Amino acid sequence: MSKSDSNLVTTKWASYKFETEPIRKGFGRGLKKAGEANEHVVAGCADLTDSTQMSLFKEAFPDRFIEIGVAEQNLVTVGSGLAAMGKIPFVSSYAAFSPGRNWEQIRTTICLNDQPVKIVGSHAGVSVGPDGATHQMLEDIALMRVLPNMVVVVPGDSIEAEKATLALAKDSRPAYLRLAREATPIITTESSPFVIGKAYVYREGTDLTIIATGTMTYQAMVAAEKLAGDNISAEVIHVPTIKPLDAVTLLASARKTGKVLTVEEAQIAGGLGGAVAELLSEQAPTKMLRIGMKDRFGESGKPEELLEHFGLTAKHIALQAYALIS
Amino acid sequence: MPSLTLQQLEEKAVEIREDIIRMLEHAGSGHSAGPLGLADIFTALYFDVLKHDPKKPDWDERDILLLSNGHTVPVRYATMAHAGYFERSELMTLRQFGSRLQGHPERDKLPGIEHTSGPLGCGLSQAAGMALAMRMNKQTHRWVYVVMGDGELDEGNIWEAAMLASKYKLSNIIGIIDRNNIQIDGPTESVMPLEDLKDKWEAFGWHVIEVDGNNIEAFIDACAMARAVVAKPVMIIAHTVPGKGVDFMEYDFHWHGAPPNHDQAKEALHDLRTLKGKIRSEHE
Repeated sequence: MSKSDSNLVTTKWASYKFETEPIRKGFGRGLKKAGEANEHVVAGCADLTDSTQMSLFKEAFPDRFIEIGVAEQNLVTVGSGLAAMGKIPFVSSYAAFSPGRNWEQIRTTICLNDQPVKIVGSHAGVSVGPDGATHQMLEDIALMRVLPNMVVVVPGDSIEAEKATLALAKDSRPAYLRLAREATPIITTESSPFVIGKAYVYREGTDLTIIATGTMTYQAMVAAEKLAGDNISAEVIHVPTIKPLDAVTLLASARKTGKVLTVEEAQIAGGLGGAVAELLSEQAPTKMLRIGMKDRFGESGKPEELLEHFGLTAKHIALQAYALIS
Repeated sequence: MPSLTLQQLEEKAVEIREDIIRMLEHAGSGHSAGPLGLADIFTALYFDVLKHDPKKPDWDERDILLLSNGHTVPVRYATMAHAGYFERSELMTLRQFGSRLQGHPERDKLPGIEHTSGPLGCGLSQAAGMALAMRMNKQTHRWVYVVMGDGELDEGNIWEAAMLASKYKLSNIIGIIDRNNIQIDGPTESVMPLEDLKDKWEAFGWHVIEVDGNNIEAFIDACAMARAVVAKPVMIIAHTVPGKGVDFMEYDFHWHGAPPNHDQAKEALHDLRTLKGKIRSEHE
């Protein structure tokens, strides 16, 4: 059963017919709304305005949109300059290029310089599909998570992405917002909670805790329902903010169940799994397994066949859960 | 800021050079050639060109001065102290634990520093972002000055910014290249040739002014001309002598990243006070 205060779209995860929408669409709507609410919100893009869904903002506020061209180093450093003069810049590209290519500029001119630039990396994860490994960004969570001052947000669906965008526009810190390309099941509702830095228990359980982020939260919820059919009680926690990590919520659950499974569409080294392992090993050593990309790159294919191949589906999550509790 | 005569400006530049030598000797590390070569430009900027107020470093009508090649920051610290941003005695804390005067400048540490810099190639992009924001804010009488090294122009990020500033006709940017022809590994033209540098910037859509960067009067005039240019960003290529004023440092790329020891500092100060032996100093 889903926890009622999460106000999720359903309680029946295996049978419900989910509507789907790319997570980036929610970002596009959120950015336009943020622009309407605050005239200092501005946007810059590296030649991917439609793809990253900045086009809504561009149409509404052409004088506050800057087309940077295919130049990701310039993208974030121009953002740093805009922020220095009181603007709230959102700068977008594909995650493979930003923050993939421009990490040092982000470190020096945004994090150390402490300017509230919002870096939006779209098309993250293997579910990018046929474009192949070059465009399937898997290391971005790790890259951004190690930077002092940086906030890292990975929404679970388009509705949450919209809320996250609006929240980041009001937040005074540098931030990385990670978005996926493919249509993703909409699992939350307008009344589901989202606060930067909070993790949410979407389903209560006692046998193990599944901690998921981004597109994988839906898969984790479906897996938990399968497990319930075998009398295994899985708690599912959705972690839309990877930094700062909601230690209170995660520690309480880990202490309750004593077994933790993390799930992410990213490298397990340094990503959500890494972050949870760091927390638990110091404060509540817990038996743990990490699901994600295991020190390898993706490849071309249909999104669903890639997720299946790399073990990023509800079925695989359930199998790992059995392994963890046996 | 009370205006100084040309002679007073030139004397001020010598005092700033002397402080640079003392700071670097005391710190025991840091860059000598660039800061000495830039002393006339920084004197001109802080004592004549820039609209600024040392007592209100966050004044919202101030001109912005970015230092993209952050390793030359001793010249900025020394000039800021002379301009009244902080006491000159603090200069001797350069590069020490707990100091506001970090080895490379940090915005959060010292009021009046506009951006954290050091890793090369970022300043012109930040200037472009600031210039765009000023335009959105309808601030038409503010300028962003950005000092860059010539070796720094090897960075691709610079040329990305060059295209953007030209595209958006950011005439409120005034770039200043410290054209001293040296970088860490040797002469710029052997490490990575930059010439024809003027043609390059013009091809990127910039208005280019070449000037003797060790001639304060000429540099002030160049800035006035730069502010008068419309619809194009302006690049001032300021030809300077690395290590200017200290005979054994001038033109020698080995002094790019090294400080003087005690005896070298003594000789350097003597050079500065006597115009390399041409005049007698009251200190002798």
